[in-house]
Amino acid sequence: MSLRRTWLTAARIMRQLRHDPRTVGLLLVVPSALVGLLAWSLVNRPGSFDVIGPRLLGVFPLTVMFLVTSVTTLRERTNGTLERLLTMPLGKAELILGYAGAFGVIALVQSALVSSLSYTWYGLAHQGIPWRTSAVALCAGLLGTAFGLALSALAKSEFQAVQFMPAFILPQLLLCGLLVPLAQLPTALRSVADVLPMTAAVHAITPMQPGSYYLEQFAIMVAYILGALVVGSTTLRRRTK
Amino acid sequence: MTYEHALEVSQLRVVRQHNEILKSINFTIGPGELVGLLGPSGSGKSTLMRALLGVQAIASGSATVLGERVGAPALRRQVGYMAQSSAIYLDLTVRENLGYFAGVLGVAPSRVDDCLEVVNLHPLSSRLVASLSGGERSRVSLAVALLGEPPLLILDEPTVGLDPVLRRDLWGTFADLVAAGSTVVVSSHVMDEAARCARLLLLREGRLLFDDTPAALLTRTAAPAYDEAFVRLIEEAP
Repeated sequence: MSLRRTWLTAARIMRQLRHDPRTVGLLLVVPSALVGLLAWSLVNRPGSFDVIGPRLLGVFPLTVMFLVTSVTTLRERTNGTLERLLTMPLGKAELILGYAGAFGVIALVQSALVSSLSYTWYGLAHQGIPWRTSAVALCAGLLGTAFGLALSALAKSEFQAVQFMPAFILPQLLLCGLLVPLAQLPTALRSVADVLPMTAAVHAITPMQPGSYYLEQFAIMVAYILGALVVGSTTLRRRTK
Repeated sequence: MTYEHALEVSQLRVVRQHNEILKSINFTIGPGELVGLLGPSGSGKSTLMRALLGVQAIASGSATVLGERVGAPALRRQVGYMAQSSAIYLDLTVRENLGYFAGVLGVAPSRVDDCLEVVNLHPLSSRLVASLSGGERSRVSLAVALLGEPPLLILDEPTVGLDPVLRRDLWGTFADLVAAGSTVVVSSHVMDEAARCARLLLLREGRLLFDDTPAALLTRTAAPAYDEAFVRLIEEAP
């Protein structure tokens, strides 16, 4: 494992993004705009945004980062650069962590933007500690990145990669407790819903819980991030059949 | 150098999705040779090159590269590879592409300028690759393959789509590299490029049809040109 090559890879991905300002704009603006739209739509229902807003903070970064990472990695797989890199002294972990690092920075900026706008302009009431909200948004972004890296291995084209988004995100959105409270789900669904990464992101936002509860939710998210990164690196094969 | 042959391939077979792509290939290439791997598209040239790089699994047989078993980690700094797809980042400039690969290989940053010089790309170095023509992109790709000053270069159709002047210049570059001690294997489906090589390997439907000098090919088939020589070779094959 070379930190230098990991850093070079992350810097290269950032450089690619710099040449694509429209994508960077979309990455940063879309989640903030969506939360703003939500706040606006609830303006005649005082207090509603304070309940729903924080829970959705995790959903948007997860979706956006999943999509952008899976398409970018797929491009690396299909344009031949991945094969070239794997004939060079670049470790799989160096490549995966390079991606996680570069998109982690984007997720960090994105989450800082969403949460600061929410607490100021959008008028979100402070519940608990704002840093927790930002940490959830960041974890959600990293979850999207890690799963995007892993699932891009299953896609043969960018078209397919885009199709993975609803397949991966929507079931979690249905089961994360936003539409139906977890307690009202059928037992079988409940047991699945309880361990989904998006559920953990929503739970980690829920106010007034003991510290150990939050710790558990963050542990679930971190476990998913690390697990997906490990799976992602095993999908990189130096040798094809 | 502690190896006798740069490449040593013995009864190499590659099977992909139940199709036998390479059927018992045998050859050795000594250090410092300029070898042309020729054959029609679909004959297995790229698969053979990818097998020699260790990115294509081998069904049976063996391949030794620079004295190491194929795919050995030590080879990752010693074999320069240029794939058929340009395998560079379209959303980076020429210089940024070379800079990144130079970093991964751990070579001095000055190699970037050296290699830009070799493929004559200095004037385009700050252009985004997406804005370059196909021929220019393949020169960027070649420059990346040259970065590590590898003793073995495996180049998959590097001259495709280039104008005749550029093609001549590139073959000049390959000859220079060989003169400097490198081993260069170049594939092409243009038979006329045979004349540029010191040695020819002709591949058809996964079999090695011919392995000798270009002159020997013309003598053996009594053909006036390489295209015709290849046709005659196929007709006399069992």
